[in-house]
Amino acid sequence: MAEALRNMQGEPDKAAQSMTHETPFEEFWKLFKRDRLAMVGLGVLVLLLFMAVAGKALTEWWVVFDPAAVNLVDKFKSPFSQASALVPADVRPLAGIYLLGTDELGRDVFARMLQGSFVSLSIGFVAVGISVFIGILLGGLAGYYGNLRLGIMTVDTLIMRFTDVMLSFPTFFLILTAVALLPPSIYNIMIIIGITSWMGTTRFVRAEFLALREQDFVVAARAMGLPERRIIFLHMVPNAIAPVLVSATIGVASAILTESALSFLGFGVQPPFATWGNILSDGKGFIFDAPWLFFIPGIAILVVVLAFNLVGEGMREALNPKLRRR
Amino acid sequence: MWPYILRNLLQRLVLLFIVSVIAHGVVHLAPGEPTEVDPSNPRMKPEDIVKIRKAFHLDEPLHLQYAYWMRDLFSGELKSFKDSQPVLPKIWDRFLNSLPLFILATIIIWTLSFPTGIHAAVRRGSVYDRSTTFIAYTLISVPGFFLSYLAILWVVSVLGVPVIGMRTFGMEDALPLFRGMDRLWHLVVPSLMTALGGIAVLSRYVRSQMLEVIGQDYVRTARAKGLPEDQVIYRHALRNALLPFVTMFGFLLPGLIGGSVIFEQIFAWPGLGRLGYDAILSRDFPVILTINFIAAALTLAGTFMSDLLYAAVDPRIRLH
Repeated sequence: MAEALRNMQGEPDKAAQSMTHETPFEEFWKLFKRDRLAMVGLGVLVLLLFMAVAGKALTEWWVVFDPAAVNLVDKFKSPFSQASALVPADVRPLAGIYLLGTDELGRDVFARMLQGSFVSLSIGFVAVGISVFIGILLGGLAGYYGNLRLGIMTVDTLIMRFTDVMLSFPTFFLILTAVALLPPSIYNIMIIIGITSWMGTTRFVRAEFLALREQDFVVAARAMGLPERRIIFLHMVPNAIAPVLVSATIGVASAILTESALSFLGFGVQPPFATWGNILSDGKGFIFDAPWLFFIPGIAILVVVLAFNLVGEGMREALNPKLRRR
Repeated sequence: MWPYILRNLLQRLVLLFIVSVIAHGVVHLAPGEPTEVDPSNPRMKPEDIVKIRKAFHLDEPLHLQYAYWMRDLFSGELKSFKDSQPVLPKIWDRFLNSLPLFILATIIIWTLSFPTGIHAAVRRGSVYDRSTTFIAYTLISVPGFFLSYLAILWVVSVLGVPVIGMRTFGMEDALPLFRGMDRLWHLVVPSLMTALGGIAVLSRYVRSQMLEVIGQDYVRTARAKGLPEDQVIYRHALRNALLPFVTMFGFLLPGLIGGSVIFEQIFAWPGLGRLGYDAILSRDFPVILTINFIAAALTLAGTFMSDLLYAAVDPRIRLH
């Protein structure tokens, strides 16, 4: 998130510079700060990022919390309960207390949530990364080289008709079919969510490129004889990136939700990986005996997805040119 | 007008053809055949697998399989791999089950979103606006099945009524009135849960659309004329803000299939989404492909309708 915002610093916006001496990023940040909900969301996301990195570090590299340790003596312990004396020292939770309780196999829910935060977040980021990459590539091609003819149709027609084809698939049903038929693997889920969600990005990158292609600074760059690669990646992409960032932020949220929906149907990430989605869908069977197994991951997903959505909407509002001049 | 419609129809048919080819390719090229659903079955000998593959044309090249599928689909001969029942009547039965759920959910979405969204736009920045905004985002962000489980628990423990399936088991001999009430009751909770996400999205969209229109010059003119505020909002602004929503009727159609898998699974509702889910589990290719084909056809018909509707209601748009 923070890197994404920093990238926007370099964005040239002539109109804004002529009026004030603020950089576009400073102007964006001033507007974004006013949205209190979005700021809270940003705070949650920063916290989550730390948690995900800590989760990866503490459950895999330097195992303080072992998400895979099974202690059948300690199954269904409620949050903040003491570990039994029978649990061997090397798999005891920190200070002997299960912060978030244990599940039906006596695994530490806190350790699993920590591990899951990294896995869930990386599913969101990788899937969105794939869809943004395809979106910018195809949208940029259609927008910049749209008039080029390939046989019977132009590049633009070819790419946009293909986008229409992809939009005609019932997305969730397609994801479900592909995930169910392919061998179960976390990478397949990331890739499938990614390659079924790039159509929106393609459409507005193309629209931005069509508008930018006629602008003076692009014409000037072309007149100076800059290579097309430079024009596209250094001059046009940074100017078209703002709406992409907004939709990417919201895209991460929906990828996390899609993963939890797949887990619910039994096609999600398979053990030994824990994700918030599959902790939640495993927990639904114990809603009476061990409600924390259901509520902790459910509320965690809700808070994180909400934070992504609020930040995305806050960015959209702050980047809205109609609101900028107020 | 007519040349536009004809050309557009033709384009959409080509799209539908490409969609069906891609779907066919994805389903058939992915590893895992109907013969491998139960690999541990000791009675399944290699020669049986060869026989099954031959019967389902699975040993033929891909383009021939596609041709067989299309031929059977359009002659109505298409049979399910799983139980050899004809596919189209099977889908039609499930479609009739899904339809009431879809209709009730749509009614709930449209009747709740508009008042909420308009009110929020008119009182922009008020406590009401901010709280509905927050509630809308919460509803978009919550995993559907998490909320549905909570709703089921609440309904069953507080109201003490069953919510699973389409009817209560053992009610077959009851009076038609009671059976009807039973059906209706079973319908309410699932359609409400299906509708929640839609209400959140649509009310946000209504709000932003209204805000857009309220900022326009002709609304200021109407106010300057001294018209009462109600008339400005509901006559001048709302009518213009409604334009894009006419087209959304077209986008409703595909929702019949796509969005229902999860909710039909939660509420054990024997609809199209669950048929698709079961077909995927048992690698029932004809059913998967046909549901996908129908969904794509509905999507294309929906966008086509929305184009036409838009041109019909907005005189500024001409099709050519």
